[in-house]
Amino acid sequence: MTLAALKDVEVDYAGRGRALGPIDLSVEAGEILALVGPSGCGKSTALRLLAGLEGPTRGTLERTPGRGETAVVFQAPTLAPWLTAQANVALPLELSGMPTEEARRRAREALVRVGLAGAEDARPATLSGGMAMRASLARAMVTEPRLLLLDEPFAALDEITRRTLADDVLSLWDASRPAIVFVTHNVEEAVYMADRVAVLTRGPGRLAGVARIEAPLPRPQGFRTTEVFRAAVEQVSGLLAQGMEAAR
Amino acid sequence: MSRILAPLALVALLLAGWEIAVRAMGIPAYFLPPPSGVAVALVENLPSLAAAAWITLSTALIALVVASLIAVGLAVIVGLNPLLEAAVRPLASVLQVTPVVAIAPLVLIWAGIDHPQRAIVALAVLVAFFPIFSGAVTGLRAADPDLERLFDLYGAGRWQRVMRLRLPSAVPFLLEGHKVGAGLAIIGAVVAEFGAGSGGVRGLAWQILDAGNKLQTARMIAALVVLGLMGVALHALLDRAERVGLTWWRGR
Repeated sequence: MTLAALKDVEVDYAGRGRALGPIDLSVEAGEILALVGPSGCGKSTALRLLAGLEGPTRGTLERTPGRGETAVVFQAPTLAPWLTAQANVALPLELSGMPTEEARRRAREALVRVGLAGAEDARPATLSGGMAMRASLARAMVTEPRLLLLDEPFAALDEITRRTLADDVLSLWDASRPAIVFVTHNVEEAVYMADRVAVLTRGPGRLAGVARIEAPLPRPQGFRTTEVFRAAVEQVSGLLAQGMEAAR
Repeated sequence: MSRILAPLALVALLLAGWEIAVRAMGIPAYFLPPPSGVAVALVENLPSLAAAAWITLSTALIALVVASLIAVGLAVIVGLNPLLEAAVRPLASVLQVTPVVAIAPLVLIWAGIDHPQRAIVALAVLVAFFPIFSGAVTGLRAADPDLERLFDLYGAGRWQRVMRLRLPSAVPFLLEGHKVGAGLAIIGAVVAEFGAGSGGVRGLAWQILDAGNKLQTARMIAALVVLGLMGVALHALLDRAERVGLTWWRGR
């Protein structure tokens, strides 16, 4: 089942010209789709369209998730500094009208699932970058979304934290199987985490190609050293290089 | 330590110079009394000066509360409606640049004929209003745009957005605005007392006017000293309150 689809979509921003398209891209239920490409190729724009936060200038955007069934994690943790971790995670539930008591209980469970048990009363300023990102993930997962969008969620983190978080995202995904779309600069990360990797090119935002990664999710131990992984990385890198060539 | 001692030493030096100069040149006390004379006047008039200080301070504090309610309320309403903001902004600016002394006679006529106290509060409100309003308007727009997007995503209503995102985001701006507003409220109260004249409310400005009319120059200066000390104390208190508030807001 298709959750969201861009059909012949173009996005223009006033004063900045074309940001995306024309592009066709769809997200299937339960899949993990990675968007990779150089800076300024329209990845984040595509993500905001899929989230329903923006509309296309031309073409059609089809979305099936209802209100509260889409969640977004931004590049920064984007937590409210005046709220505790638990209150931050409970916020989406409370905004949708859930009683505070119940919302806080679910928020606590969500924090436990992302490995932040005991940090309920901590303020964002006292959390490390990785922990804040986990709290942000918990806030996205607490509504049990059907579509989860991650906009370069690990960009600001060190390599080790990045890898741990990638595995954590995969096991969170495995528990409830939402469709995930995530944007990244990192080809290895895209191949490691996704069913499909869509490669976008600069100037402006067209699809250079989509690579399907033929390995089960979540990935088995040592997947990064397998031939499948290496071949997929090469394929995606090839698409990126082609895209750069075409854009020139 | 020397950072605290240096200004104290300077004050002691200036006072000593003043005392010696007044005595050596034989300046009459009604023209410029020596610091010792001011100190005596301060001690002798302490009860009436303290009462006057309290009148001025409480006037300023009432004005601060009233100005805060009006300014934040108006900023919220205006924040929900950009057209209204465009309409209100220039008017608020006109209010800001008009000296309170110039408006005082009018307000005294409207509100003050029988109740000078009300007129003085109204004038202090007028000057305290702008920094709070301006800070609130800026602060209400200062929310993280990604948090705004999340509120879009979760279908938050207008009221939820104001109460749970925009007002909390505005806290640092509100603290700053109230700090400036409180200082201005004191100035506004004193200026308004001057405007009300000797028939008005018996605050610190009245003490200065009254002592001046009777050529009690030492008492005039004593009242000024009390006013200065009150200002310094209030400023220190508000500075501290702002820092505590910010620490709480940031969570560390």
